[in-house]
Amino acid sequence: MSEEQVAKRPRTDEKGSSGTPMEQDQQEVPGPAGEGPTDRKPARKSVQDLMRPYYGLKFPYNEFCQWLSYGNDTKLPQADSNFFQRREFCFTLDGDIFVRYQSFKVAAEIHALPKLPAKIDIGPVYNVDPQRRKAYTGGASERGFLPVERELVFDIDLTDYDDVRTCGKEGHICAACWPLMAVAVEIIDASLREDFGFEHILWVFSGRRGIHCWVCDERARKLTDEQRSALAAFLSVYKGTEGGIARLALSTVSNSNHPSVERAYRVLSDAWTEHILPQQRLLADEAGWEGVLAYVKDDDVAERLRGRWAREQGRLTAGDISVERWADLESEIDKKEIIFAYAYPRLDVEVSKKMNHLLKAPFCVHPKTGKVCVPMDPSNIWAFDPEQVTTVHDLLETDKDSQDAATAEAAMEAAVGTFRRCFLNGLRAASKAGLVAKARASEGLAW
Amino acid sequence: MSAWLERQQARTIKPAADVPAEDVTHQRISLYKDSPSGEVCIEEFERFAIDRLRVLKGIEDAKTKGFKGDQLQGLVIQLAEKHLKCATAEETRWKDAVSHFVLRLAYCRTEDLRRWFLQHECELFRCRFKNEMPTSQVEFMRRHSFAYEALAGEEYQGLKADLVKVPFEQVPDLVASRRVLLRGGAAYVSRHEVASLVVGHFRAGLSHSLALTARRWAASIADEEAERLTPVVLSLSERYLGPDYGDGEKGPQEVVTAAQLPALAKQSFPLCMQNMHSRLHADSHLKHFGRLELGLFLKGIGLPLEEAMKFWRAEFAPKVQGEKFDKEYAYNVRYNYAKEGKRTDYTPYSCKKIISIPVPKNEAFGCPYKTLSPADLAEQLRAMRLPQRSVEEVVAKARAGHFQLACMAEFEGRHSCICDEGINHPNQYYDESRKVLVEQQKPAEPATPAAGAAAVPGATQPKAAIGTPGIKITVAAT
Repeated sequence: MSEEQVAKRPRTDEKGSSGTPMEQDQQEVPGPAGEGPTDRKPARKSVQDLMRPYYGLKFPYNEFCQWLSYGNDTKLPQADSNFFQRREFCFTLDGDIFVRYQSFKVAAEIHALPKLPAKIDIGPVYNVDPQRRKAYTGGASERGFLPVERELVFDIDLTDYDDVRTCGKEGHICAACWPLMAVAVEIIDASLREDFGFEHILWVFSGRRGIHCWVCDERARKLTDEQRSALAAFLSVYKGTEGGIARLALSTVSNSNHPSVERAYRVLSDAWTEHILPQQRLLADEAGWEGVLAYVKDDDVAERLRGRWAREQGRLTAGDISVERWADLESEIDKKEIIFAYAYPRLDVEVSKKMNHLLKAPFCVHPKTGKVCVPMDPSNIWAFDPEQVTTVHDLLETDKDSQDAATAEAAMEAAVGTFRRCFLNGLRAASKAGLVAKARASEGLAW
Repeated sequence: MSAWLERQQARTIKPAADVPAEDVTHQRISLYKDSPSGEVCIEEFERFAIDRLRVLKGIEDAKTKGFKGDQLQGLVIQLAEKHLKCATAEETRWKDAVSHFVLRLAYCRTEDLRRWFLQHECELFRCRFKNEMPTSQVEFMRRHSFAYEALAGEEYQGLKADLVKVPFEQVPDLVASRRVLLRGGAAYVSRHEVASLVVGHFRAGLSHSLALTARRWAASIADEEAERLTPVVLSLSERYLGPDYGDGEKGPQEVVTAAQLPALAKQSFPLCMQNMHSRLHADSHLKHFGRLELGLFLKGIGLPLEEAMKFWRAEFAPKVQGEKFDKEYAYNVRYNYAKEGKRTDYTPYSCKKIISIPVPKNEAFGCPYKTLSPADLAEQLRAMRLPQRSVEEVVAKARAGHFQLACMAEFEGRHSCICDEGINHPNQYYDESRKVLVEQQKPAEPATPAAGAAAVPGATQPKAAIGTPGIKITVAAT
């Protein structure tokens, strides 16, 4: 992809949304009046050009490092001052060059790097400083350089829903398919908190068409690979699609009606009729209803519905056509299966299974869209609009004193605010309390 | 929630084997905390270990064939009786302990060996534990002072459930299969699932011990025992890991060249590989999983990297050449041979794995007995000139969902011989096919190895292995 194409990307993405700061921004880009917006594009810098100033000026290093220090940046006696330095960062430089095993003493070091990254990934905390790993590997001992802890992470991407989305494929994202992500946040968040007892959970928009989740409780960070796999399997009801039919882990005695599955079903049912079914227009045309009818076990029922819907196609309805037709489906069992097949979170489990899997850091900029990977508030997830997310262009390409610059600045501040309010404040308090408790315990031993 | 639990509870607890509930559990199952003290002669050392390997290998085979639950448990108990039981309980316990510790030594040295050993030892332990009476199980847990909380009165009152509360981390397998109630990080395990809890402890303990043993082995034992134990221990692990059909297993005489592939495909490839091979040839392209499955299979039959590169380049040539091939596909080929990425020496996929990968429509990979419609399958088989009787048998088996049995029936029809132990790996299919063909080409008296045999890859005898997973072949009378 040429640089110009890269530069074009964010522009086309934002076209649909009206009243964004970006649209006003476009009018300020110098260019001959009266010409179409395409003619003015070269004036805009590419996302890649803006990465450097973004990481230099805007990236919230303080909050970022406070998070990843887990209280070890304090003066508490039990604080482990090496902790942060044993964390692996992986930088992606221009041209997809990966630089693994980077580590830093303090945030300022990242800031001062001669080469600023296009993307920062976060890896595990190792037993030793990853930059000095060579001294510990090789030889007879296999135990030299090992990951010792890492957040439990999840990655959900809309591309994995391509067979059930009707609004677009691959990189596409819009208001019609975002509910699939919103419902995923609700379900996974509820299970992590209620079933597993985790509290410090960070949800992040991945910059284009997906979401990331970071579970940061100490207990989650210490999980072994086996335990991570188990947890991911617990959350995976959807097990892939075969021959156009989703494979679901609902069939065995132990799985059906499991309290956790039931809770997910309640969340899904609400979102289904309210958002997903009407917005995806799942029963509005033949292609849509054929996909759904594939799950109806009784051929006679399927045939009857097929006939009726085809006959009535084109008829005007009072309410939403898909919602009305959904009511025609009679069997409760089929309905449950269909809802799970279409809308249950499709986790990329490989990401969650291993301690040393890298995942893109929050507040990175997506190289294609220029959008900042902002944190999301899970308790207010339906209000999140991926199309309105601040871009590097908003932040760096607007006139410094303009209203747009102020709006973008405020959006970034709000994002950092969400990070603090929904996640960091609670985590810092818990980390400190944990260290104090540890100090007490060791004092107790000394006595 | 309580409804779910009650249903779980209602699942009957299987009465264990016909044994009195007296307290002998600790004699039959062990956590192997302490190594046995006493003298073992070197012959016994090896013999015991081989017997235990027969059991572990048997477990692996049974699982590959899809044995599960009670069926698997029954089989494992039988295997253990057959190979590990001695005249007295005392001797049995001794043999069990010695064989376990010898194998620990043999299988501690690499990650792969450890994983294999750990997996099958855990299965053996699980089956033995479940085979005990519930009272003995509780006694065993008491004896080994398992830390678990019995539920307090008001906690889950109304559930009347006989539950044990543990941190969820302790029962990963129950969590993975949703066979446990979770609340706030605690797992509520019903009594009939306690085996998982105990196996979890067993696994954690053994995993830790294996790592320690590995260090000790490297640090001291290997040198000290260089003349006496080391050769035995090394050969134990080398011979019995079971065939993963990695290229390391092939001798140099078994090398296959790209030029031989079309003929070999016709003679000895199982249907899955034949299909991918012909699709590749017809389309000059194959999608990711196809490249992976076929590529690793070819590596497994002895196609070296240079030949593989030659093969893929030629097949892709009508569509993709030169730099584009180098950039997009050569990496793949080199990856399969551990020259790229993580540099893992990937082993060819087993039937189980191939069957389990979901196959989208119109893709050539996967198990054809699963993916093809009965009509298409029958047509293909007839095109391969399989006798009509075999075609019918294969299609019937495939339709009933017995994919590997269908493959076995195809093998028998194609080679006119009986295949006793089934097909569980495409490379096993290939190896057995080569063996049969060589056998059938031999003159009546097998005096000297036929000159022609040397030219045919796979002709050499597989490494001698007790309990070899290979197929027992009975050549049909001609």
